[in-house]
Amino acid sequence: MKPTRFIDLVPHIVLIVGVLIFAYPIYVTLIGSTWDSGTIGRGGLPLWPGGQGLDNYAQAWAGEAGARAKYTPVRTMMLNSLIMALAIALGKIAISILSAYAVAFFRFPLRMAFFWLIFITLMLPVEVRIIPTYKVVADLGLINTYAGLAIPLIASATATLLFRQFFLTIPDELLEAAKIDGAGPVRFFIDVVLPLSRTNIAALFVILFIYGWNQYLWPLLVTSSGDMETIVTGITKMIGTGESANDWNLIMATTVLAMLPPVAVVVFMQRWFVKGLVDSEK
Amino acid sequence: MTFDSRLLPYLLLAPQVAVTLVFFIWPAAQAVWQSVHLQDAFGIRSEFVWFENFEHVLTDPNYLDTLKVTVVFSVAVTVLSMGTALLLAVLADSKIKGARAYKTLLIWPYALAPAVAAVLWMFIFNPDIGSFGRALRALGYDWDYRLNGGQALWMVIMAASWKQVAYNFIFFLAGLQAIPRSVMEAASIDGAGPVRRFLTITFPLLSPTTFFLLVVDMVYAFFETFGTIHALTQGGPGKATETLIFRVYHDGVVNNDLGGSSAQSVILMVIVIALTAVQFRFIERKVHYA
Repeated sequence: MKPTRFIDLVPHIVLIVGVLIFAYPIYVTLIGSTWDSGTIGRGGLPLWPGGQGLDNYAQAWAGEAGARAKYTPVRTMMLNSLIMALAIALGKIAISILSAYAVAFFRFPLRMAFFWLIFITLMLPVEVRIIPTYKVVADLGLINTYAGLAIPLIASATATLLFRQFFLTIPDELLEAAKIDGAGPVRFFIDVVLPLSRTNIAALFVILFIYGWNQYLWPLLVTSSGDMETIVTGITKMIGTGESANDWNLIMATTVLAMLPPVAVVVFMQRWFVKGLVDSEK
Repeated sequence: MTFDSRLLPYLLLAPQVAVTLVFFIWPAAQAVWQSVHLQDAFGIRSEFVWFENFEHVLTDPNYLDTLKVTVVFSVAVTVLSMGTALLLAVLADSKIKGARAYKTLLIWPYALAPAVAAVLWMFIFNPDIGSFGRALRALGYDWDYRLNGGQALWMVIMAASWKQVAYNFIFFLAGLQAIPRSVMEAASIDGAGPVRRFLTITFPLLSPTTFFLLVVDMVYAFFETFGTIHALTQGGPGKATETLIFRVYHDGVVNNDLGGSSAQSVILMVIVIALTAVQFRFIERKVHYA
């Protein structure tokens, strides 16, 4: 046995410091969500859990008035975020896989024109067309609706490119065999292409769910009523100007709940998540 | 091999094309149109004014300050998050015990929204309730990022970088794992130490990843950090943490200045197009030689 040299420990020390830098704020938030707002507001938050945890979470979840203000219930905000994230993820996947199928398996006039039209969306993130997009959504009467939250975000060049790339690797023989068996394009899509795309769809879903859940600027613009509040924008509204006299216990409990779904997705679907991320950015 | 159908491909494309036209192309065209027009207060009449809006924007000393803040912010976030991620990735990729656990513990911050990351940093560094914020004050340092512009900028840079390390880490790790072990072993046998191996083999072979991340991080710092800034400082104090994107939002939504906001949007579009073009030139090359 070789004795452990100090130099061998250095990587561990650096990595542990790294892990701690990322874990510490989460730990503080978790602890904070188990104390009362007074303790946190005075800056006297201990490093161990307090006894208020259940009350705080119950209160935040049901939206009962805190010591200082009344907030939208977390269950409403979570549901809104969930609907928005699912609609964005599934919507993007559905319309992208269809258009990629059209571009990859058909020859038709203006094919490349359509391809470029979709491609251009890469260069137009919502941030650069805030006001006019808001106006379109308002004219369509979609302010404060789930459709208004999700539909403007579901066009996706990256997902389309990814599926097209994958479709090009499907061997011609498969298509030939399907044709000989008398399968049309719809049959082929349902019986061959969809099952083959399963892993790609799963990987993409993980990434897009997180993308949807974490939307900020767009929900801030198109929702004005508390019923439609999403949880990420809801937290900053609860904080307001960040004075010390805030219902910090409820804010911290809400933050923990807001982090839970996307973090769980990353941790439990790690393999798919890394695949989806690396593939979709290639 | 393809299918023959006249109507079907158009039907398949219809949903994507409809969304693209209605929510992307049309609004973008509107932004361009508005950027060369001046509207009266009621939005009834508008007059074609050539590049007057751009002239206003680009000669406004406030805008140039915002541009400076944006550059400082973006460069700092890119360098900090990439540097930290590269260090952690190289260590986690080496054959050490618990490498898997370290990986899991380092990638999850990817899941956090930029605004949530900002809120977490506030819990720590708020001068009234945060442990570090209070400690700094107890040490006699006048810490209050809500009043001090430099400190505010530091806060948003740190919170934005903190969140982006995980993303860079995942890609650096994937890049490192693609480097053939045999090359490293050969260098080892030739007597190259770890530092030399890193500088002469690892780093050059990672350059496609590095370049890719450079572009992605710039885009992130430009656009996605809106949430970080909105949640933490609202662009203030003064305009100390106002980036270009925050300003578009503020001028358009809060101040209702359509022409100016549109001109700014068009400038941002040009920046994104340039960044995307750079990215795709590079990807084409990678596909070519890979």
